[in-house]
Order: sequence, then C-alpha cells, then structure tokens
Amino acid sequence: MSIRQISVFLENKPGSLCELTKVLAENGVDMRAFSLAETSDFGIARLIVDDVYKTTTVLRDAGFVHRITPVIAVALSDTPGGLNAILEALNAEQINVEFMYAFLGNTPGKAYMVFKVQDPVAATTALMRQGITPLEDWENS
Amino acid sequence: MERYYQPEIETASREQIKAWQDERLVRQVRHVWDNVPYYRRKMEEKGLTPDDIRGTEDLRKLPFLSKADLREAYPYGLVGVPLKDCVRIQSTSGTTGKRVVAFYTQADIDLWEDCCARAITAAGGTNEDVCQISYGYGLFTGGPGLNGGSHKVGCLTIPTSSGNTERQIMFIRDLNATILCCTPSYAAYIGETMKEMGLTPDQIPLKAGIFGAEAWSEEMRRDIERTLGIKAYDIYGLTELSGPGVAFECSAQSGMHINEDHFIAEVIDPETEEPLPDGQQGELVFTAITKQAFPLLRYRTRDICVLSHEKCSCGRTHVKMSKPRGRTDDMLIIRGVNVFPSQIETVLIHQGYPANYQIIVDRVRNTDTLDVQVEMTPEMFTDDMGEITSRQKALVDGLRAMLGLTAKVTLVAPKSIVRSEGKAVRVIDKRKI
Repeated sequence: MSIRQISVFLENKPGSLCELTKVLAENGVDMRAFSLAETSDFGIARLIVDDVYKTTTVLRDAGFVHRITPVIAVALSDTPGGLNAILEALNAEQINVEFMYAFLGNTPGKAYMVFKVQDPVAATTALMRQGITPLEDWENS
Repeated sequence: MERYYQPEIETASREQIKAWQDERLVRQVRHVWDNVPYYRRKMEEKGLTPDDIRGTEDLRKLPFLSKADLREAYPYGLVGVPLKDCVRIQSTSGTTGKRVVAFYTQADIDLWEDCCARAITAAGGTNEDVCQISYGYGLFTGGPGLNGGSHKVGCLTIPTSSGNTERQIMFIRDLNATILCCTPSYAAYIGETMKEMGLTPDQIPLKAGIFGAEAWSEEMRRDIERTLGIKAYDIYGLTELSGPGVAFECSAQSGMHINEDHFIAEVIDPETEEPLPDGQQGELVFTAITKQAFPLLRYRTRDICVLSHEKCSCGRTHVKMSKPRGRTDDMLIIRGVNVFPSQIETVLIHQGYPANYQIIVDRVRNTDTLDVQVEMTPEMFTDDMGEITSRQKALVDGLRAMLGLTAKVTLVAPKSIVRSEGKAVRVIDKRKI
C-alpha cells in the first residue's frame, strides 16, 4: 500500500523551481505535498498530487525529467508520540527511512507523513502489524 | 649585460645557423628513412628518397606529421632508435584516450636540458641563483625539463613540483629562491597568496620567473611582475619535440628565440600547407634535426603564430616566434594541461551519458576553471540523491583520470544546452587572454 510520489529534477539556478510551479499552476495540478531536496548544484522536487497521470504528462511535455517513486503515507494522530509510534514500528523490522516529510491533508486536524523506504511492501507489513494502515494511492483516498 | 648559456651557438651568424641546419637536416632525414618505417612510407608515397633532401631549401618537399600520426603510430611507430638506447619517456594528452608518448635517448635529454639552460640563463640565472621549479614533475615535461636546465646552469634547484602553495612560499622565503618556474596562472596565484599574507614585492627574494605551458596575456605578465617584483619570461615547447625550451624569451621580452640549432621552424598556411614568409600569421611547424629517439619531421603544432628574423637587442641571432595566438584545432590549455573536448566526450559516453555536453572554461583569480555541463536524462534520473551525487563523483573521477585535472561537473536540465544546426558549440572559453 504505497502511494506514487513524483520526483522532478531541478537545475540549481535562479527561477528553475518557479518554472516547475508555473507549469503545475497553468495545468491546474492540485498539490497535496511538496518537498525539496538540494545539493549545491541540483535539486529534486518531490510532489504528491491529485492526478499523477495528468501531472506526469504535463511535466513531460514541458521537458522536465521526472520519475514516479513509491512512498508510504501515513495519517498521524495529532497527539504526542504519533510519529514515534510509526518509526518504532519500522524500526522493529529494521526498515531504514531514506527521507520523510509531513503535510496537512484536506481533513482539518489531520497531518500526514510521507516515508521513502527501500521496500514499501515490507514497510507496509511492518506498520500494519502495529495496527497502522498506510494510505492507498492518494487518488483513491 | 646579457648572459648566454652557449654564446657561440646562441649568437652565431645566420650563415652558420643555416650551415648547421643544412647538414643536420640531411643527416636526420637519412636517420629517419633508415629507422622509422612509418615516415619512410610517407616519403615513398610522395616519391621521395633521402637523396632528394640536400638542405633546408628542400624541407618543404617533406611530408607533414600531425597528432593523428602520433596516435596511429602509438606507441613505438615513430621511435628512431632501439629501445635499449632510450632512457626516458614523457607524455602528454592526445586527442582521445590515447596519450602522446615521446621517447628520449640520453643525448636527447641533454639537448633538451641545454635548451632549458639557455632559457634560465636568458632570464638572468647563474650558479649563484636558487631556482624553484613549481611545474608538475612526472609525465608532464615542465618539471623535468626546467629541473635539468637548472642543474646545467648550476642553480641550487628546489624541486617543489606544483601544488601546496603555502609550502611553495615557505621555500621561496626561507631558501631565498631567486627564480621561479611554473605556469603563469600558478605564478599569479602564488603572488596573490603572498599579497594576502601581507608580503610586499621587496620582501620576496624572487627576481625572475620563467612561465609557460599555457597562454597568457601581456596584462597578466605585468600583473605578475608587479605582484612578485620580478621580470617574467615566457617559454615555449611541446612534449612531441622534447618539452619546454624549444623557444624562450630574452631580456627584450618581445617574442621567443627558437633554438634553431635543434629545431627548424616554419609557418604554414593551415589550409594550403604552403610555407608563409616572416610576419605572416600561420601554423607553426617544427622539424627536429638533432633528436634521435623521437625524430619528428615537419610536425604540425596547431599553434598559430608569427616568425620574425629581425635583429634582437639581446644579441641572439635565432629566429623569434610570437606568443601562440590561437589553435587550428579545438585543443584547450587548462592550468597548463592540454585538453581536447573529444577526451571529455570519451569519458561521458563511457559512463553512459549522452554526447550532449558543454565545456565552460573560465579564469577565476588567475586560475583556470573547467566546468563540464551534462544534461540529466530520464534514464539517469532517480529519486535517490546519493545515487545521483555518486554518479556525479564518478564522472569527476573519470575526467581526472583522463585529463589529469579536476573538473566541476554540473547537471543541467534537459534541452538546456543549446542545440546548434551545424557544428555544436561544445566549448565556451570565457578567459580573457
């Protein structure tokens, strides 16, 4: 039970991030989450969107190099220890988190955490064993 | 007073120089004919035998050699003596993966070092001097050549090689180095570093510098001379012909005297291949008339320059060449290292990158920079930052192995490198030389 994240290559120069958001805005892409990782000379924008097919099509047409990466998304209860419970579940199965980021969903008071792991199936199993159910693909949620 | 290392040669009459050249050319052509089948075939193709070459007037009949010949004949095809008589190789980059390997007998090393000794003496060097060689040592000819020349002059020689600028400065100051030999860009860097340390020219013991292996402007010369408080002399050479010292500057600082007792220089029209008269700009061609192990005849240097036989105020009678004004091929000289775009392309393709790239050369604070820009492709792209970074590092390593210098690799967006209709613009050289 993973969801599809779109990773986009960005050259590290003024305006390249804006070029991306412009293309997304012009095509009415609704972003659920957006995170940016960068080194000194390039960056990767990570998006979770409402319509993966449409987004990848507009990105391709606009000449952006991108890739679909499966990630795990989990709803967090807005209480102390919420994140810890998830990480402990993954840790129990020795699942390494490569990166993660949080975002707010449509539902008031609800936060989500996105995890990138080597093996999404193993991670899903580990979470479900602890009673935590990752989200199905965002488009279906 | 002008000093000469070999006054009887350096100030010989033009008649004497021509007599030497006539005799040595005839002998050299015979030597090549007898011992270098590769060149003999080239002569036969033109219907020539050694008997057709009776003096320098006949030089223009001989076939040319180019870098492509060196690649084809690699490694031994142009060697003129048995390997047991060779004592050294030096090497420089070729146009692709293959390097140029030049061979030397002990006599070849001696004449090369004599040429370097002439250059050091012309810069005022004597056995009272302390000569610091900050050119790279090893396969590169800069360090070994000037090192040998410095020994011949009798200078106390400090073989620092390049790099470790603080140590360079420590030796210059502690051991009172009076002559510095390195690339002009490294000299400028040493100068700037000393300035930052608060040293003024009168606190720097150096009095002269011999700088070559890359193009430098008159402005850069004045800049270096001011910062280090020295007189800066140019030196020219190429591995194929021995190394630095094929030509060197004298006190007049207006062109470099070619050591004509060892090398006959011609300037030709690169298109028609016809020799051009003095004062006309063209491609420099050399014939080595004394070298035994690697006796190249009519070797096309690809350097564009002008020759002048005008009388020189220093008293030397050997012809002068201008600083090279450009190249007839796409070779770049970066930090003294010869770089061909095709070498970079070879590494890119080998590592699975598309052949769409751009090379940006610049000079930042008098040091050359090389930036190789490659487009990211869908096949290469991954969400794993570490993987992209390590691929980038592998490319830097691959380029270092090929070129012998560190390049920066920048990943750029697809289609961001301009496609051209005709010949691709691979190189953007922003240096103002």
